[in-house]
Amino acid sequence: MSLRVLNGFKFSSLRTPVHRLDPRAKFMLVIGIIVPSLLFTNVYLLSGLLLVQVPLLLVGRVARRWVQSLRAGVFLSALIFVVNFFTGPLANAVALTLRFLLLMTAFSFFFMTTSPDDLGLAIDKVGFIRWLSRRWLGYPNALSFTFTTAVRLVPTMAVDAQTVVDAQRSRGLELDKGNLLKRVRNYIPILIPLLLIAIRRSLELAEALEARGFPGKEGRTSLFELRFKLVDYALLGISLAGIVLSFWVFFHYRVPTI
Amino acid sequence: MKIDSGDFLAIMGENGAGKTTLAKQLNGLLKPSLGKVTVDGDDTTKKSVAQLSRRVGIVFQNPDHLLFSETVKEEVGFALKNFGFEPDVVVKQVERTLEALDLAHYADTSPFLLSGGERKRVALAAVLAWEPDYLVLDEPTIGQDYQQKERLRNFILQLNSQGKAVVMVTHDVEFVAECNPKVVLMSKGRIVAQGQADEILSDDDLIQKASLVKPQMAKLFSQLGEFGLPRDVVDVHRAKMLLEEKLSEVKIRVAQSS
Repeated sequence: MSLRVLNGFKFSSLRTPVHRLDPRAKFMLVIGIIVPSLLFTNVYLLSGLLLVQVPLLLVGRVARRWVQSLRAGVFLSALIFVVNFFTGPLANAVALTLRFLLLMTAFSFFFMTTSPDDLGLAIDKVGFIRWLSRRWLGYPNALSFTFTTAVRLVPTMAVDAQTVVDAQRSRGLELDKGNLLKRVRNYIPILIPLLLIAIRRSLELAEALEARGFPGKEGRTSLFELRFKLVDYALLGISLAGIVLSFWVFFHYRVPTI
Repeated sequence: MKIDSGDFLAIMGENGAGKTTLAKQLNGLLKPSLGKVTVDGDDTTKKSVAQLSRRVGIVFQNPDHLLFSETVKEEVGFALKNFGFEPDVVVKQVERTLEALDLAHYADTSPFLLSGGERKRVALAAVLAWEPDYLVLDEPTIGQDYQQKERLRNFILQLNSQGKAVVMVTHDVEFVAECNPKVVLMSKGRIVAQGQADEILSDDDLIQKASLVKPQMAKLFSQLGEFGLPRDVVDVHRAKMLLEEKLSEVKIRVAQSS
């Protein structure tokens, strides 16, 4: 089922060196992987970038779940491959499929190994976001809180979705039956309850927040403070260097697809 | 574990004991990874959920997970259409079920406008409508007031007398005590005890093991043991009978001694 894909983005609470990295440095690494993969369509480079992530996934002990989410993403990759195969050369189709897998892997690596709490703290530390949030929503923590909440609700929604699917299947709903139109219509009994649950939950959340004094005062403190370690500085440096190098190469050379 | 037609069974145990997992095995939503589940002799791994649901109806705990139609009538008829009932049979069955659950006056109301308890009854009606041979109720008493619980109890007994089996997953010790069904006690994914409710719910060790609370009557009678009263009393009616007997005994004795 499509819900398997979400598994690849669910945080797993483990204590590995990868989990302990500072979210900001880790995010920079993800950017450092994504930028070259979007700038170039070189098959070797893309495969390299994909392979570089495998040891990271292994150290973070999330490799198995990554494979699971890849398996769920096979359909979309196949679609990308076929469409590009008929509209361009083979190497290009391979490159674009690789690019999709690469993006998916990078993001799933980040979300699988970063706890929503750490992520919230990290976003809170970024001055630009605080400034934007104050200008836009009147309170410096509002934007980061919105983001954390959204991320945090993904697994909850996944559980809800599974329950709704179970409940409707128990009422004789067969999702993969009938022609295309019928199949799309089959999802109505699933989407309506889900939507309503989401709306109801957000209203309850808003009330609960107000009851606990949100947004509170400006200088909110937190129990855990994020601090950059040596590894984080190194990672940040490497990622930034990679990004700069990618742009430099992009503007000075033409890199072939294969 | 075996469930016969006409049985009334309560599955009890602490949170995460595996009660709902067990219930989902009954109509094939989950397939056993070890061992075998059969419904009327058919292995659940060989039948679809829709085929099994025709015989085993599961009512989920939270009605919000299944309500999606514009009117209560449509909601209750949804499963019947899925199972391929004739249109006139659908209308008749829907009417009958709504009547039986005291929902007839809401037939054309949107299920979302109803109160929590009423929505729960609509969810029950949505399953009862196709008259499954085995009815599985997940936490049927949550959010129901005492009168509704009494009505539910009578309803279950009525179904029992029609030869239908009712399985109830619940935490509600008092409700189980009143009904005195067979109890399957679960803890940490295993069945730790099976037997009649009055035996199980008056057993201190078992109660402790499954982190339940003794029903009030059992608490009372465990302290009345020294007066020669049995300890395995859980329902009010039997308690009343025993106490009346004892009282008249005492009365006679007092009359004789004076």
